[in-house]
This record gives sequence, C-alpha cells and structure tokens, in this order.
Amino acid sequence: MKSLILKTVSKTLLPLLILFSVFVLLRGHYLPGGGFVGGLIAAVAFILHAFANGLPETKKLLRIHPGFLIPIGLTIAILSALAPIILTGDPLMTGLWQEQDVPVLGKIGSALFFDMGVYFVVVGVCLTIIFTISESV
Amino acid sequence: MTVFLFVILASFLFSLLLFGMGQKVFKRMTWFASLLPISLFLYFSSFAKPIMNGEVFNFFTAWVPSMSINLDFRLDNLALLFTLLITGVGSIVFLYTTQYMKGHPKLMRFYVFLSIFMGAMLGLVTSNNIITLFIFWELTSISSFFLIGFNNTESSSRKSAIIALSITGLGGLALLAFGVLAGQLTGTYSIAEMLQSPEIFANHEYTVYLLIFIFLAAFTKSAQFPFHFWLPGAMKAPTPVSTYLHSATMVKAGIYLLLRFTPHFQNNSYFFTTLLIVGAITMLYAAFQTLFKTDLKGILAYSTIGALGIMVFLIGIGTSASITAAIVFIVVHALYKASLFLVTGTIDHQAGTRDITKLGGLRKVLMPLSIAGLIAAFSSGGFPPTVGFIGKDLIYEATLNGGLNPTVLTTMAVLTNILMVFAGLLVGVKPFTGKQPVELGRIKKPHFLLWFMPMILAALSLLFGLFPAMVESLFTHNITPLLTGEASPHLAIWHGFNLIILLSAITIAGGIALYFLWKPSHKKESSMIKFNVWSPKSLALKFADLFQRLSYFLTRTFQNGYLRRYVLIILVLLTLVFGVHVFVNPRIFLSVKEIKELNWNEIVILAMMLVSVIFTVFTKSRLSAIAGMGVLGYTMCLIFVFYGAPDLAMTQFSIDTLTVILFVLVLYRLPKYLKLSNRTNRVRDGIIATSFGTFLAFTIIEIMNETPIKSTTEYYAENAYILAKGKNVVNVILVDFRGFDTMIEISVLAISAIGVFALLKLHLKKHEK
Repeated sequence: MKSLILKTVSKTLLPLLILFSVFVLLRGHYLPGGGFVGGLIAAVAFILHAFANGLPETKKLLRIHPGFLIPIGLTIAILSALAPIILTGDPLMTGLWQEQDVPVLGKIGSALFFDMGVYFVVVGVCLTIIFTISESV
Repeated sequence: MTVFLFVILASFLFSLLLFGMGQKVFKRMTWFASLLPISLFLYFSSFAKPIMNGEVFNFFTAWVPSMSINLDFRLDNLALLFTLLITGVGSIVFLYTTQYMKGHPKLMRFYVFLSIFMGAMLGLVTSNNIITLFIFWELTSISSFFLIGFNNTESSSRKSAIIALSITGLGGLALLAFGVLAGQLTGTYSIAEMLQSPEIFANHEYTVYLLIFIFLAAFTKSAQFPFHFWLPGAMKAPTPVSTYLHSATMVKAGIYLLLRFTPHFQNNSYFFTTLLIVGAITMLYAAFQTLFKTDLKGILAYSTIGALGIMVFLIGIGTSASITAAIVFIVVHALYKASLFLVTGTIDHQAGTRDITKLGGLRKVLMPLSIAGLIAAFSSGGFPPTVGFIGKDLIYEATLNGGLNPTVLTTMAVLTNILMVFAGLLVGVKPFTGKQPVELGRIKKPHFLLWFMPMILAALSLLFGLFPAMVESLFTHNITPLLTGEASPHLAIWHGFNLIILLSAITIAGGIALYFLWKPSHKKESSMIKFNVWSPKSLALKFADLFQRLSYFLTRTFQNGYLRRYVLIILVLLTLVFGVHVFVNPRIFLSVKEIKELNWNEIVILAMMLVSVIFTVFTKSRLSAIAGMGVLGYTMCLIFVFYGAPDLAMTQFSIDTLTVILFVLVLYRLPKYLKLSNRTNRVRDGIIATSFGTFLAFTIIEIMNETPIKSTTEYYAENAYILAKGKNVVNVILVDFRGFDTMIEISVLAISAIGVFALLKLHLKKHEK
C-alpha cells in the first residue's frame, strides 16, 4: 500500500502502540489487560507497520525473525513456573511475590513474568504466522 | 535409599550414555556395555545373604504423593530371584552379543534398547507401587517392540513387532485397570499394603473384574493360550533378544505378577482354578506344537510357551509345594532355555541355518558347544543330575499331592514333560549328532564367547543339580510367605524310590523314544498349516484387519480434508443436540418487559449486526464478505464493552483485526468468485446455519433463565487478591489459578506457528513430494 499518510503515521504509531501494549501487559494484574491482549496489540502494531512500509522494512526493523520470540517467551514462562521449586521449594507455579510495592507497577511477582512469557509467545506466533503467509501468497 | 533409586534408573542413564557415544566409538569398545549388567548383578548379589535370612528391603521416595504414585521399591526373595535372573542372564547375553552381532552397523542402538529393557524389567520386579509396576511393565513391552523389529528393513520383523506390541499392550491396559481398581477398593496403591484387605481379593462384588484384568495382563505377557501367538512371531528378533526377553525374563513378567498376587488371592478358588485350566491347555497345546516345527527357534518358542504354561499350571494347583515347584522351575527353565537359545544362535551364526532337517554332525567342529547343548538338553528333559531333574521331581510331587484330581493333573504333566524332553533333545543334541550333511559346507570354529557363554549357563544347570541346597537357600527358603501356613518341601536329588522317580523314568524314556521315532520334517510342518484358519492368531489378525478397515472408513467420511465438510458436520451435530433439547424440554421464557428496556445504543448495535450479516451473505466479493465479518466482530466487542467485560472486548477486538488481516492476506490475490456454489448447496447451508443459530439462541435464553451457580465465581472473586494478589480476576485466573492451562495453551500456539511456518516454507523439490 503506497499511502504517504499511512507510512508517516505508522512510523509514529509503532513505538506508541508498543508502549501501549507494554502498558496493557503490566496493568493486567489489577485492571483490564494482560499478556495475551498486550501481545496481540504489539503484533498489530508491527503488522500495521508492515502494511504501510512493506514487509522487508519491518523485518529490518525487527532484526531477528519473530519466530525467535516464541522460545524466548516459552522459556520465561517455564522459568517463572519453575521458580518456586528452585527458590523456595514450593510446588510448581506457586506465586512468588515481592514484599514491597514498586511505584506505578504495584507488587512484582512470578505471575508477571509468566504474563511476559505469554506476551512474547503471542507476538512471536502472530507475526510468524502472518509474515509467513504474506510472504508465501 | 537414593542409591537403590539410582540403581533402578542406572540402565536408563546408561542407555543415554551409549547413545552419546555414537555408533563409531561404541563399535571399538562393545565390551563396555557388559559392565552394566555385571555390576548390577554384583550389586543385587550383595542382598542375597540378608534376604536369605528373611530380611526385606524397602526403598521409598515420594513421587506424585497426591495420586499415590510413589517410587516405592521392595526387595524380597521373589524380587531378588528375578533381579538376579535379569542381571545374570543379562550379563551373559550382553557379552555373547559382542561377538554374535559383531560389526553390525546398528550395534549401539541394539545395546541401547537392551539396556532400557533391563532397567524396565528390574523396575518391574522391584516395584511395590502398582502404578510404577504398570509403567515399567509398559516399558518392557515397548523395548521388546523395538528389539523384535530390530531388523526394521524386513516387513515380517515389523509385523511381528506390531503383533507383539498390540497383544502385550492390551495386557498392559488390563494391568492398569487392575491396579486402579485394586487401589481404589483397598485404598492403597502399595502392593504389600493391599494384603491387609484380603476380603477385596477373595469375595467382593468387584473381585471378578480384578480377576479378569490380572489374568488378561499375565496371560498376554506370559504368552498363555489364546494369546500365545505373539511369542513365536517374536523369534524374528536377533537370537540374543529371544534368549533374554522371550525366554528368560520378559515373558516371565506375567508369572511374576501372578506369584506376586498369589498371597492376595490365596482365598479365592476361582483364581487358582482358572490358572490351572489355562496353564494346562497352554502347556499341552504348545508342547504338542513342538512336534511339527523344523526351525530350531520355532521349537524353542513353543517349548518356552509350554514351560510358561507349566508355571501357570503349577501356581494354579495352589499348594505350597506347587508354588515352590513353579519358582524352582523358573530358575531351571531360565538356565537351560537361555543356554539352548545361545547354542542355537551360535549354530545359526556358524552354519548359516536353523533348519533342523538340514543340521547334523556339528560335534566335530563345535565340540565345546555340543557339550553345552547336551547338558542344557538334559536339564530340559529332567535327566539326573541336572537341576532339571529336581525341577521335574517337584512338579510331580505337586501334581500328585495337590489339586482336585491328582491322576489327571499328573497325566497332563507327564505328557507335557515327555514332549519337553523331545524338544530339548531335538535342539540340544540333534544338530551335533549323526553325519554332517554336505550342503552345510565347511564350518568355521566360533569365537570363544560364542560357546563359552552357553557353557556357563549349562554348567550352572549342572552345579545347581549337584548341590540343590544352593537353590533352596537362595530362592525357595523364604518363599513360603506367599501362601501362609504351609512349609515348602526340601530340595534334593534323591528322595529314595517312590512314585515320583518312576514317573521321571517314564518321562525320560518316553522322550527318548519319541526322539528316535519321530523325525520332524517340512511335510509334517505344512500338514498343520490347514488348521491355521482357526488358530487364535489368524482370528486376531482378521479382527485387526476389520478394525483397520473401519478406521479407514471413518477417517474418509469425517476427516476428508475439506474445511467446509468439517464445519458442516460440527454444525449439524450441534444443531441436532440443541434442537432435540429444545423440543424435548422447552423452558424458554422471554419477558417482554426486558425487551422494552433496550437502550438506543443496543438497538444501533443490533441494527449494525443485522446489516453486516446480510451484507456478508449477499455480497459478490470475497474481500467485502471479510470486511462484513470484521464489522460483525467489532459490534460483538461493543456488546462486551457495554456489559462489563472489557478484557474480553479488548482481546476480541485485537483478534478480529488480526483475523481480517489474515484473510485479506490470503484472499487478496485470488480472483473474484468465479462461480458460486450451486443453489441447492446454498439453500442447504442456509437452512443449517439458520437453524443452528436459532437453536443456539434458544439454548442461551434458557441458560439465562437458570439461576447461575455462583460458588466458582465467588471463590475466584474473593480469593483473587488474597491468594494471588491481583485485582483483575480474569487475568489472575489466566496466570495463576489456571496458569497451567495457559502454559499448555501457549505451547499449542507455538506448535501451530511452527506448523504454519513449516508447511509454507517447505519448498519441496518435485521428487520429494
């Protein structure tokens, strides 16, 4: 799509949308949001960029193949699930929580890292599928 | 405690180590693999002394305590007997194989499977937890599958492997059913603790199921009639495998199971009667079959089935004497049968044939081997002074003194044993005597290990025969607790002149006479083929074939690969379910008052929905249909927003966007609709879609009228902050309460992404397609 307006806007929107997706991810434990929605928003941001500027541009911007985000996300999620076994000896997926509140974010716990894992997997999966399909047809 | 756990797992770790070495490194140091069984044998031997004194060792590690699945091992005399057999025969087979399969390109793989099998077998006989017993049981079936199909380029090997796996796998399922049922009824999954509820095993409304399941498990594994046919097929495996798995150890797992549960069932007469009948049929049938075989391994296979039949038969008699006889016979049989198998292997290796009609006169070249064969044959036939003689004595003692009808039982035992004498002589003596046929050509002398290993086993047969006290103190001394309140008989080679000696003499004389009078030939073998139509094997294969055709039919009908067919089937089925429900049990109330309370914004959304649906259905362009679907999705999101489900709305919104993008990407380049599906199809689809929607709506209205059960909702709402420190209940459920589900869901997502990537990026060349 060769629209100058879309091109310009997408370049400004991309960082904003990613920032928004991170915001949605972090607030998930207290207010509507979470890793799944956050990941989808981030994926949409990149896809918008790809629509406006062409897929090669977006790939250049990403540097790595989005597929690599999937194992990264899965690893984070698994580690956060295993953390209680390793750190405190509790069963799998027991929530571990920091004592003090962190400003803005609230309490930080293993659930947040799990959500981050979900976020990365979702971004990776969406982008991999859509990039692969758009390259192949 | 942890040491024992390590010992059980050692074989599995060892197989990984072998795997890591790779074929090339392994080929240069094949002896290395034998270290495993030898060191395990030494380890288990160290328990011999205290266990002879009546000690029992327990090793307990909690594994999944919430489901009563624990790494609970128990080493008593029965378990020790089996561990020594497994590691002892294992050592010999491991060493033998280094020469027998020397230079085989996949030798490393062979040892990997063999090690896994040994570990599984050791775990099986030491498990005190019925569920871990089941796991190890299945592992033996699986490793046996790989070993039978080791020559995987031959279709007959693969077929035999599949038959063996399906039969033993069926038994494995039965064992699981038995374990779970027994565990639920007695309230414990520990085999030893189950003994405290004897009434469950003796007389309970579910006892009959326990019996059926345990019989199915034991009879399939130990090749009892009518499940015996997988064992002759399993002879497709290399001879060391037949020696180890299919005569000395794995097939005895069923016997082990029966012996292990004999104390539990000791007040249940059905248990013993069934074993008696099945064992008798098996031993007579299999022993009779040996007359008609010409392949040495075929003869050994049927005589093994016969021996297993004798063991089951002896347990079935159900006296202390008969149980002792069964246990001694396990040792006797393992020694002579493994020896005969190895002798056969060496003959095959040197002469290149196993056909009994073509073999003869090998004693000149294979002198030491012929001695091993002779002793093993003598032990098989129960000639004094081999241990086989003692075994046979005990069998007759058991049949004469026990059971309902001693005359019948003894006659059956004598008949079987005469045929076993014949089979033993045929395999152990016939190839070495007479004149060497010219076709055999020059036969090279075998490697030292190829005759020395069967010789060790044969020598043990002789040694135990001369000093029966060794067997007694090692194995049968404390076995009596299997049946409470009866003393086991003493083993001796000479009890004086009595009926038993007479029977032994008759057996030996009969066997020798048969050996000289009956010459096996291919003509006799093929004369039996006409009965094969009614053999359990061909019936089972016919059933399997039928099953396969049914599966093909079902797959072709329901999984034909067209997305539209799948959607159609799903919708029709759901429509039927909802429709029947609505007609049978109509409970639909719509209050007019509530409809009147519609807001203007709801009315607008509804209108938008209707318009987009109509547009989607009637548009002539793909892309606009997709856009219509997108609008419909967004209006749904608006409903979620108005009714307080912001999380859902956000997710649905993003998903809808992505779906539309995806469709556009795929369909963008396609031409416009070339032709619509024909009128009948469209009418049909329309009717199905409309009725599905209607009935779904009815069902939803009905659900709305039900008072919802609030307990789950309330639990999450109350505990989200207390337990998981989150205020957004939806998210807390996703990442905490049901986090494990999410974990699996993201794994599925990852797999699907890899699938899409692999499918589309797989640029196969023409010849690869």
